[in-house]
Parts: sequence; C-alpha cells; structure tokens
Amino acid sequence: MSTTDSNSVAEDETDDGESVDSFRARARLWLAENMPLLPDGATNQLLAREDESGQRARRLQRLLFDGGFAGISFPVPYGGQGLSLHHQKAFTQESLPHQMPTVFNVPTLSILAPTLLDFGTEEQKVRHIPAMLSGDELWVQFLSEPSGGSDLAGLITRATRDGDVFVLNGSKIWSSGAFRSDYSLCLARTDWQVPKHRGLTMFILKIHQPGIEVRQIKMVNGTGEFCQEFFDDVPIPATDVVGEVNNGWTVASRLLFHERNATGGGSPYVSGVATAAAGQDGQPSDLLDLARETGRTADPRVRQLVAEARVNDRVQSQLVERVTTGIRTGAFPLPAGAIPSLFAATNTERHFDIGLEIAGAGAGAWIDDDADRWGETYLLRQGLSLGGGSNEMQRNIISERVLGMPREYAADRDKPFDEVRHN
Amino acid sequence: MDLRISDDQQLFRETTRKFLESTCPLETVRRLADAEPAGFERKWWKQGAELGWVSMLVAEDDGGGSISGHGLLDLVLVAEEMGRLVSPGPLVPTNVVAAALARSGTPTQRREFLPGLVNGDTVAAWCLGTAVAGIDPAGRRVEAVPRDGGYVLDGVTGPVEAGGQADLLLVTVRTGEGLTQCVVPSDAAGVAVGPAHGLDLVRRYAQVRFDQVVVPPDGVLGAAGNAASDAERQLQIAVVLQGAEMVGAVDRAFEFTVEYAFDRYSFGRPLASYQALKHRFADMKMWLEAAHATADAAARAVDLDSPLAAELVSVAKSYIGDHAPAILQDCVQLHGGIGVTWEHDLHLYIRRVVTDRSQFGTPGDHRERVAVAMGM
Repeated sequence: MSTTDSNSVAEDETDDGESVDSFRARARLWLAENMPLLPDGATNQLLAREDESGQRARRLQRLLFDGGFAGISFPVPYGGQGLSLHHQKAFTQESLPHQMPTVFNVPTLSILAPTLLDFGTEEQKVRHIPAMLSGDELWVQFLSEPSGGSDLAGLITRATRDGDVFVLNGSKIWSSGAFRSDYSLCLARTDWQVPKHRGLTMFILKIHQPGIEVRQIKMVNGTGEFCQEFFDDVPIPATDVVGEVNNGWTVASRLLFHERNATGGGSPYVSGVATAAAGQDGQPSDLLDLARETGRTADPRVRQLVAEARVNDRVQSQLVERVTTGIRTGAFPLPAGAIPSLFAATNTERHFDIGLEIAGAGAGAWIDDDADRWGETYLLRQGLSLGGGSNEMQRNIISERVLGMPREYAADRDKPFDEVRHN
Repeated sequence: MDLRISDDQQLFRETTRKFLESTCPLETVRRLADAEPAGFERKWWKQGAELGWVSMLVAEDDGGGSISGHGLLDLVLVAEEMGRLVSPGPLVPTNVVAAALARSGTPTQRREFLPGLVNGDTVAAWCLGTAVAGIDPAGRRVEAVPRDGGYVLDGVTGPVEAGGQADLLLVTVRTGEGLTQCVVPSDAAGVAVGPAHGLDLVRRYAQVRFDQVVVPPDGVLGAAGNAASDAERQLQIAVVLQGAEMVGAVDRAFEFTVEYAFDRYSFGRPLASYQALKHRFADMKMWLEAAHATADAAARAVDLDSPLAAELVSVAKSYIGDHAPAILQDCVQLHGGIGVTWEHDLHLYIRRVVTDRSQFGTPGDHRERVAVAMGM
C-alpha cells in the first residue's frame, strides 16, 4: 500500500508556528462568539437525531468553515487549516460546551475525505474536499452488500464499462444516513475473470439521481439511520474512478484503515464530540448520571461498576494514543489500528452491561417516559462490535497481521471470481 | 515500553536489560530462591545502584540524578526490565523511601540517609502503620504517642517488603487527625523483625514490630500530622513501579507464549494456526497494549505531579491488576499441562504479578479510589 499523506499530520508545530496554546485561546474566543451552546443535558448526538435532514449540521459546518476552524488537520489547498493533531484536540476540548456538526465527522471527514486525499486525482480533491469542509457535501461509504458481511471483497455489485461511463447495477447496505447525503465512495466489481481482490474499482457516486433508490432500514430501537440502496443501470463517468480501475481493493483497504482510526478514536480529522460516552477525557459519565438518578451512588457494588467503566474509558483513550503514536513512528504496523477498535467495541459492550445493572428494574419497565431508557439503549449493544469490521474480523487482523500468525483458509484464494461460489 | 522514550533512555533500558540478563537470568532467580535468605545479593544490588537504580528520584545535590530529567520515567524502565526477568531486589521500597526523603527530608536527614541508599550500601522498607490513601495494610496498626517533640512507636505491621533486609524503615502512622512519617534505623532499640511469607520466590516479606521505639524530633519526616499528601505521593510511586513491573512481566510471558504457539504442533498444524487460539491471542495482545498504555500514562501523570495523578494511578492499578494475572493464566492454558509445572517459568511470572496485584491496593481498592475521584 502506498503511504501518502493523510497519516502524516504534523505532530506539534505548524508552518506559521502558531502554538497550540495560542490557537486554543483564539478558538475559545471564536467559539464563544459564533457557535451556539449545547442545551443543558444535550449531546450533539441527541441534537443530530432531531436533525434528520442534516440541515442543522450543514449550517454549523458552514460556520466553522467561514470562521477558519473547519478541517483543522486538513491541507490548506483543499480548504483545511494545515494544523496538527494537537491543535485539533485542543479545538475539540474547547468545543465541548458548544453545538458541533459531529455528523460530518464520520464518515465524511474522517474516512472518505482522507481516502480521497490519498488516492483522488487533483481535480477530484479540489472538487469535493472543500465542499465537504464547507458543509455542502455529506458523504457515505457504499461498501457492504446484502450478500456478504465480513467478506467485503466478495461483493457482487457490478460496474460495466461502456465508453466514457461505467454502468452500475446491484445493491449496497448499512450506509449510515445515505438519505440525507450527497455523495458516496462505492466499491463495485469491474472484472469477474480475476481473483476477487483484483477485479474491484472504487467510484465517486452521486446519490440522488435516476436509477438509485435509497431505503431506510428500521432498527431494533426504532431508528432509521441505516439504509439500503438499489442501483439500476446508473451511469458513472470514468473520471469518477478513484485510484486505478481494478485496483479498488487498495483504495478500500486504505478507507478501512481510516475507518478503524475513526472508530478507534485515533483520527486527526474528527472535530468535536458526539456523545459523552467512551474515551473522552474530562467528559461526564452517563453511568455516573444513571447512578445518581437511581439514587445508588453509595452502593459499593454500583461504585465499583461506575469506576470500572471510568477505568475502561480512560484506558481506551490511553490505548488510542499509544497505538496512534506507534503507527506514526513505525513501532506498530498499520493493522495495529484494529487493537483500539476491538477495545472500543468490547468496552462498549461492557459499558452497556454495566448500565443495565445500574438501571435495575427500570431497564425493563418504567413509569416516567422522559427518563433515560437504558433497556432501549442496550438493544444496540452490538452496534460497534459489528460495524466497521466485526470483533471477530478485528481479532483475525490482530493475530494474523500484527502477531504474524497463519491466515485462515479461504476457498476463494487466487481463484477467478466467476468460479467462486457466492450468494 | 513507552513508545516516546528518548535515545538516552533507550540506551539506559538496553544497558539495564543486558546487566539483568547477564547477572540474573531466570536460573539465577531460581537459585536465589533457595540459596539466598535475602532473595538478592548485596553486592549485586550495589552494582545495580551504580547503574542508577536508586538515583532517579533523588536530586543531583543529594547525590542522585536521572537520565531525562523525568526521574520516574527513567525508573519505570528499570521496573519494566525487572518484571521481564522477575528480578529480585528491593526496587520499590528503597525508591519510595528515597523519594520521600528527597521530597520532605531536612538537609540533615537527606545527608544522613540518601547517599547510602543511592549508592546501594543500604536498602529501605516502607512500613504502613495505618491506612494510607484508602489502602489498609491488613488492619495492622502502629500507634504513635508524642514524647519530647518526637514519638514513641508501638505495634506491629506487615507483611513489609524487604522488612528483614532494610537498614532504614519509613513508618507511616496516624497521629490525631493526620498522618505522620518517621524514619527509623532498623537497629534502633525496640525494633524487631518477625517472619512473613511471600508468594514471589525472591521477594522477601517480614513483620516489623515496634516496642516502645523512641523517634527523636529529627526522626520525623516532613510535617508531623500533615503527611497525607507525602504518603499519597509515595503510594503513587509504588503503584507506578508495580504497574511497570507487571507490564514487563506479562510482556515477556506473552512473547514466549506466542513463540510456543508457532513452535508447537498438534494434528499436524502449529497452535498459532487455530482460529480459536488466534482470537485468544488477539485479546491478550489488546489487553497487553492497553496495560502498557495505562502504565505509561500513570507514570507521566505522577512524574508531572498532575492533578489527575491520583486517579490515573488507580486506573492503571485497577486495569493492570485485573488483566495481568488473567493474561498469564491464559498463557498457562495455551501452554497446556507444562504450564502448571514447577519446571516451567510461567509460575515465576504469576507469582510476581499476583504479588504486585495484591500489594498497595487491589484493583477493587483502586476502583473505590477512582469512584472518589469521580466525585461519588
């Protein structure tokens, strides 16, 4: 994999030498004057739920952009500020009391923008990255398909070349917020006569156009954030190929690296905090709030559980910092990004379990319908353990590509894809 | 290992590792277990002291000095290397007492005691005569009665690490509403050492009995009745060193367990090729890296005397104290029956890690400290 630049964000000082402290002071002033405060008890995630269209997020992102605080770690030529990860972290800390367009963080800014930075043509980068930073373009990733979960490279959506265009047919699933989004990076099969990894191509795909139907999927907790898309003879200009034709797996691998970084908390392109949950130093603890609401802060069992969750959250952010540093300095290989991802997912499972215990009877039945309903939160306990690579896949990555253990047997290895059994 | 150490620190770490590998490999640890009542040899400890094992938390004016200017971050490198080879030696108690003297000692106290500790001629033990920083030493108490500007100590405490080897005892006692610390030479009249037992093969514990032991005014360390923050700091240093040692121990055991998984074949395949086992190794690797991360973060917080130090130390102890023994027991499981034999080295590691886990607060004790830090 070619190592380009979206990883080598400057560590401390910037070209113009603005110190983190000076930047922080400037950011604090600007935030106070420009960004609305979070209402009491609200998180950006909660506000985002009431902003299904994303219009609020787009307005907030525009405010950041106009104020010179969008894309803090992005290169200046594409509308960013060219500052370091430490500047970004300082900004995030200062932003905690404020409303922030955190919907833009994942996947638009922390996954898709850096993938374009790595593999896009100059024309593609100029066309899209400033538009993302200014709030004009929300992006999603079209990777998973109904036919296969973890076996991403076995996908069967096809893009067939026809002159200056590719014609797209098939279906994608688990795209988050596709209905409100503008563009996607879409991985499709362009050659069926070669082994599965060698016949894929990554495309920039405009979502709202004839031939594309987007359906929201109703989840166990009643939300409809995830979508499925159906493609029926959708033309894609050949100029929207990202990277090389049939080299889409390389692009997808990099995209997944950015995804692991984002879900593991190590991305330099995330600005602001969506929720008070895992891993954010100085954040309030939802479990502590729950213990207070249920009047159980003096119960030694509850004290142990709340503290355990705090320990896990602290360790998670310490681990993210360690692995991020290790990857940057070369002490760890790139796939080590799977380590904090697995930690974040298993920590989330434990976090929900602890909440279920502290919530007590109220998790299953309640009178006051305005109170936090931990039981409903709990229904999506496995979300992080499935999305962005299941825990089992992360464990494969860690054992095989960090510890160097033998790869799992695969019946499709080195076989032309049209000879491989698939759904 | 902290991923951000300097070249000088890296060199220091390598020097320490080479010294330990050549002077105290595991065969030597096993020999010392049987042959050496103290668990370590004085002349070996003195050689270690020459490398800087007791100088890091002591100012240069007092004969100490560090590699990086961040003495605790240098010292954790020693602790981690000692964990890798389950080395003997009173690293934790001697450094805790040296740090306490360096921080709060009068010029006379520092002149009298620090040179011997720093150059390895003397070693020290920390006797908890009362609960300190939320950690209670098995309910044993040493009472202190004021007399002539000093105190008279009575009572028994222990098990105290290196209590039977120490030339110098730091005794933390409750006086009125506060804590007071006394420096007591182990040959003072009325001090008696009784036997105690430890799980670790080369780490020695003792009961220390105080029978009308007179502490003169110049034997009081720091402010009488006001030593709680000194004692908290000592606990933090002890726990940081324990954490580094546990992480070093687990790191080494994980290393040889991974090698074993590649070398050992069953049903014609290496153990490392079975997914059920690969996934266990992945979890262990995650816990191990997390343990490294939190050990390093705690060390940095204590080194800088950060307002978060108390919480981050307890975060580290709680996390590492839970996971280090669990990883080692997984290593036993992955080795099979050989892993529970005396011949195999794994038990040396489990003994060390369980010892560290249990002293200066269990993970549960430290979670309670975290709850307090959260404002519960």
